[in-house]
Amino acid sequence: MSMEKSSLEDLSARVKKARKNMVPEDRPALNDTQAYGMAMRLVAELLSGLFVGFVIGWFLDKWLGTKPWLLITFIFLGLCAGIFNVMRAAKQIEAAAARKRRQKTEGNEG
Amino acid sequence: MVEGPLAQFEITTLIPITIGGHDVSFTNSSLFMALAVLGVMFFMVAGMRKGSLVPGRWQLCVEVCYEFVANMLHDAAGRDARKYFPFIFTLFMFILFANLLGLVPFVGFAFTSHIIVTFAMAIFVFVGVTLIGLAKHGFKFFNLFIPKGAPKALLPLLVVIEIVSYLTRPISLSVRLFANMVAGHTMLEVFGGFVVALGVFGVAPFAFIVVLISLELLVAVLQAYVFAILTCLYLNDALNLH
Repeated sequence: MSMEKSSLEDLSARVKKARKNMVPEDRPALNDTQAYGMAMRLVAELLSGLFVGFVIGWFLDKWLGTKPWLLITFIFLGLCAGIFNVMRAAKQIEAAAARKRRQKTEGNEG
Repeated sequence: MVEGPLAQFEITTLIPITIGGHDVSFTNSSLFMALAVLGVMFFMVAGMRKGSLVPGRWQLCVEVCYEFVANMLHDAAGRDARKYFPFIFTLFMFILFANLLGLVPFVGFAFTSHIIVTFAMAIFVFVGVTLIGLAKHGFKFFNLFIPKGAPKALLPLLVVIEIVSYLTRPISLSVRLFANMVAGHTMLEVFGGFVVALGVFGVAPFAFIVVLISLELLVAVLQAYVFAILTCLYLNDALNLH
């Protein structure tokens, strides 16, 4: 009886220990270079969206003689596209980071 | 030191050549492009000369580069992208050597700090990737511009935004590399000017330059990596239409 109990206690201790190991690691903070790289990337996405919108609007206006309406429209569309791109880039960066973390934990176990 | 900090980016003609009224002179930019190509070739060929099973130090460097790009391509674009490996690898090594050659003191010239160079590479990637996508998927390729799960009423607007967003790719790709190189080199030059101007107290900006140089080395590698991985991601979009 007592032996059974002790083995149960042993089991619960082991389960507890395993649970503790299962808690996902805190996400490591970005270092300065990573942050810089990310900032450069996101800013480039946003600005290029705006720029492309501007160029498309400018040329369409010139071509169709609708100054300045298409320019205004396309600047907004370009801004939207830029924001979309930033969202997408952030998702990609996050996915890559998550993959790296996963590989790291797998490496630790293996 | 009378020259401004931007004088380092000036193109100078080394061998004047004119073909059909066009100026196609061999410039310092061309020289460094040729040096980058030769440098990559020397690095690869000489490193793999022995091709031993247990690699030496140099061969290990070459193998690390190869594996790094191979893994990056595989992770980002899947197995179908395997056949585009030579292109991605060439692109990565070329930009890497270009950036690093630009950091050589006194003589270095970073041609990646010219937007026309980075834009030419980016537009090549952009057109190439689009053609690959069209060849593989035909008209289905244009599904790329239709966002998933979007409400019907907003669809025309979203498609236009998606197309604009697609067209930003070569711009953001080229501007990123170009802006990083220009910013880094200008900063180095400006602080170099401070060192001379401040005399004894120039030690402070000099110490800063030491730190900055290491940062620039990192940026040189990082930007080559970013250019290559974004190319892989674009390739992935074209091949797998996410």
